[in-house]
Amino acid sequence: MPKLTINDMEVEVEDGLTVLQACEQAGVEIPRFCFHERLSIAGNCRMCLVEMERAPKPVASCAMPVGDGMVIRTNTPAVEKMRKGVMEFLLINHPLDCPICDQGGECDLQDQAMMYGADRSRYKEEKRAVKEKYLGPLIRTVMTRCIYCTRCIRFATEIAGVPELGATGRGENTEVGTYVGLALSSEMSGNMIDLCPVGALTSKPYAFHARPWELRKTESIDVLDAVGSNIRIDARGARVMRILPRLNEDVNEEWISDKTRFACDGLTRQRLDRPYVRRGGKLEPATWEQAFKAIAGRLKGLNGAKIAALAGDIADCEAIAALKDLMAGLGSANLDCRQDGAALEAGTRAGYLFNTTIAGIEDADACLLIGANPRIEAPIINTRLRKRYLAGGFKAAMIGPDTDMTFACERLGEGPETLDAVLSGANSFADVLKKAENPMLIVGQGALRRTDGARVLAAARALAEKSGMVKRDDGWNGFNVLHTAAARVGGLDLGFVPGDGGRGTLGIVEGAAAGDIEAVYLLAADEIDLGALASAFVIYQGHHGDAGAAVADVVLPGAAYTEKNATYVNTEGRVQRTRTAVHAPGEAREDWAIIRALSDYVGGGLSFVTIDDVRARMVEINDVFATLDSVTPAKWGAFGKKGKMNPQAFAPAIGNFYQTDPISRASETMARCTDVFASGPQSRTGTDG
Amino acid sequence: MLEDKDRIFNNIYGLKDTSLAGAKKLGDWDGTKAILGRGREAIVEEIKNSGLRGRGGAGFPTGLKWSFMPKVSDGRPHYLVINADEGEPGTCKDREILRHEPHKMVEGALLASFAMGANTAYIYIRGEFYREAEALQRAIDEAYDAGLIGKNACGSGWDFDFYIHRGAGAYICGEEGALLESLEGKKGLPRMKPPFPANMGLYGCPTTVNNVESITVTPTILRRGADWFNGIGREKNTGTKLFCISGHVNNPCTVEEAMSIPLKELIEKHCGGVIGGWERLKAVIPGGSSTPMMPRSVCDTVLMDFDGLKEAGSGLGTAAVIVMDENTDLIRAITRLSAFYKHESCGQCTPCREGTGWMWRMMKRMAVGDADVDEIDLLEEVSRQIEGHTICALGDAAAWPIQGLIRHFRPEMEQRIADFKTIRDDQAA
Repeated sequence: MPKLTINDMEVEVEDGLTVLQACEQAGVEIPRFCFHERLSIAGNCRMCLVEMERAPKPVASCAMPVGDGMVIRTNTPAVEKMRKGVMEFLLINHPLDCPICDQGGECDLQDQAMMYGADRSRYKEEKRAVKEKYLGPLIRTVMTRCIYCTRCIRFATEIAGVPELGATGRGENTEVGTYVGLALSSEMSGNMIDLCPVGALTSKPYAFHARPWELRKTESIDVLDAVGSNIRIDARGARVMRILPRLNEDVNEEWISDKTRFACDGLTRQRLDRPYVRRGGKLEPATWEQAFKAIAGRLKGLNGAKIAALAGDIADCEAIAALKDLMAGLGSANLDCRQDGAALEAGTRAGYLFNTTIAGIEDADACLLIGANPRIEAPIINTRLRKRYLAGGFKAAMIGPDTDMTFACERLGEGPETLDAVLSGANSFADVLKKAENPMLIVGQGALRRTDGARVLAAARALAEKSGMVKRDDGWNGFNVLHTAAARVGGLDLGFVPGDGGRGTLGIVEGAAAGDIEAVYLLAADEIDLGALASAFVIYQGHHGDAGAAVADVVLPGAAYTEKNATYVNTEGRVQRTRTAVHAPGEAREDWAIIRALSDYVGGGLSFVTIDDVRARMVEINDVFATLDSVTPAKWGAFGKKGKMNPQAFAPAIGNFYQTDPISRASETMARCTDVFASGPQSRTGTDG
Repeated sequence: MLEDKDRIFNNIYGLKDTSLAGAKKLGDWDGTKAILGRGREAIVEEIKNSGLRGRGGAGFPTGLKWSFMPKVSDGRPHYLVINADEGEPGTCKDREILRHEPHKMVEGALLASFAMGANTAYIYIRGEFYREAEALQRAIDEAYDAGLIGKNACGSGWDFDFYIHRGAGAYICGEEGALLESLEGKKGLPRMKPPFPANMGLYGCPTTVNNVESITVTPTILRRGADWFNGIGREKNTGTKLFCISGHVNNPCTVEEAMSIPLKELIEKHCGGVIGGWERLKAVIPGGSSTPMMPRSVCDTVLMDFDGLKEAGSGLGTAAVIVMDENTDLIRAITRLSAFYKHESCGQCTPCREGTGWMWRMMKRMAVGDADVDEIDLLEEVSRQIEGHTICALGDAAAWPIQGLIRHFRPEMEQRIADFKTIRDDQAA
């Protein structure tokens, strides 16, 4: 623990810190632009210069490691002068167009100029201008504002793992860009907007829409994938203007994926803002009472075995719990939360969780991806894997479609045969796993949503046991299931699976086609074979006029995740809650309340009055809901079905990262991304407009 | 004046045979094995005692630099990197060595590498030096063929490989850190220090970067002894040095002289004096374009060595003496240098990227007088805002010439501004 003196204060700090960090610990703030704790040190903005005793020149505190006996001064007139000098240099070629700059109000340069800037310019020469660069449909550039801190370059190279950004040219002719003018092929690119200390990189969809001080900020949770990224929802009036990441070291650090960030414009399009009832083959607006009566009329006298319910990928736990109880009240055991037919069992919790936890990835030293593509299924988890890879001593391999994971990941094969080979020890990666101290594997939905999914699961379980991934004294559990749906773990935790003699997703769909199931309740379930439900009476509850609503006989408008206080369980088993940022449009209501209200019409027997009642019921079903925001290690147990797997290759779980759910499908921004990224190789460049 | 017997570079003009046979005749590769036989420590010690200071410009003691290399390898290879990216305006000494004395340098590279435990040396040659790279490659090939380098170099049991890398013409790649980046195949941007190259250099391995001349003089020092080298020049400024004199002299040349020779003597003896006589001398830039100029009053007595020039408010730099007589428009001359530094700034760090352009634009106006007298102070202040605040020394190098101009020739700048005003007012009237 080196001791150093900062402005005559003696401080003792951890070894390996930089002088800048030591100063922060001592409560001395150092202005900076290029330094960022999660990026490599560039030391190029020179804003953080301090005086160090016995050093001939001022030192860049961000790059200077602390040493014992250092004497640092940050409050001398000389330091003040240096900072003012650097600030002046930064501003001479900066356009000073704050009134028309989207960064205004949350700009590091603006803030620090208040401290160190002069009130007038001494620069009488011509200013430099830099041409805008095309970085894709998400990032808007005004490169004249760039101060060349290189944070974006370092982010792309280090964190996102797509070394596509760089600085071309030299001296004052330096320009940051991709050179070839193609969009940045990263699912994490939006984070550069947060990192940019000035208005050079701003959000394209959000451009000129709002000022930061006009926004109401609500801390919440993202539900567009199963990571449960912590977000801040910025809203103005009734509209979500943008979504930003919120720091959570255990989940998303300070990053979010592009879908999480940019799909929010989908919240204002295609919304179901009032109930609808199908009359004469056409959906017609109705009142809540008419809708409920229509449902009650159809369900009246119907045998419970002829009713079924499916919970979709973004349904919240409160609604799932309420629907489960409602179905029990109606005497139906036909329910399922695995609309994709994934072979996950509700019994053993360790069998469907990401047991290692996201932060735990950093302790692993070998990883096998089985039919999982974290890069598009959960970019945040992929980023953590890459972070682990960069730290060194990490071997990764995958079985599945050939993809670029942004880190070195050996492709062992494409399907179950390879998994068998690893299991039997015939594949050399078996050795790697066995020799690793903390090995882990990740089973993706691509491997589980097959007819032999249960057998793949069993094989993965056997591999985990054989490679020493579980049941150890230190609590390490290297068996992980990577989910793609925010509702999945919650649904399994609540036991929203077929009861005794009940039908699962496939059974319900087949039953509906055969006429054995006469009424189907879709709780935000859009991604199933809806054509098969044509002859059944379909009740659709959700917030978007997506596929499910189109086939529904009654549409009940629910609230999106930004519009309700709701519980979601992420892929690690972390129970988190969203918070209401804006109100649901029109007559839409919180989902559990809709089910509660319907219960009175159909004799479902629900007795909740407040959301706390529902939550108490959730804890009653599964006590994991009693602990928020943390992960309780799940007990290992039996799951999967032993047996021979089909030879066909694992298919990708997600085809298009940008459009996976009703919200992102309704989003114009995501459609633009799909156009650029997902429809084959990039054909558009910045030059063809 | 340096006697011929004390000359290290006895074929610097290429008047004699530059091949291996010729070089051997002139004393190169003589007893190299025996020198290697003295061991690492002894070689470093000898160089330390000789008082040799780096010839690349900064004047850091070479022996001391070598001693920073780890004594025992931690598993990483050690590297010697020779800096032949001679781009400092006015400097033309390394290219003479590469052209005409390549064997001396190859031998020096072997000895230095051995002294630092490096089995590999790279030389980064300025891209424009095409013929020089050819000449060096010829010498390297000859040395390999003769078994002087390569496996079991000179029969000493030490393996030594020597590679040429040609730069692509960026001045900044002559900076140690940028050179290493460029050598690794990246954009030539200077590196932050610490870590220093002796700890984390080329490819993250212990590395020493030396100037061509520093390396080339070592074999002779080791052969003739530290005391011989020490005996030339004065304390802390020992040995011989290649001076490159250009500008308004009768006979511009590159010449080897003893350190601490008076500037006047250097010019009069070797260059046939200033054109039109010493009285017509206006100013001298003594060490390449980065060093501040000195007016004639200083030039009369100043000694050409690190400390003498430092006392005079300038520096020895690369010992590239640029002589300017009274016909010279000093303001325009410095404006040209400002343009050079603006053009060559790598753009990595703020003060240099923004400041060099600012200074150049102001200098352009100063050169015609289209400025206010106050702006001379602003120019000075901007140069102070750059100096010492950058990652590498290019910021300083851009600031110093202007500071030198203002320090010694401010009245001339003010006169230029006044003249411009007069003309403008006349035209207006």
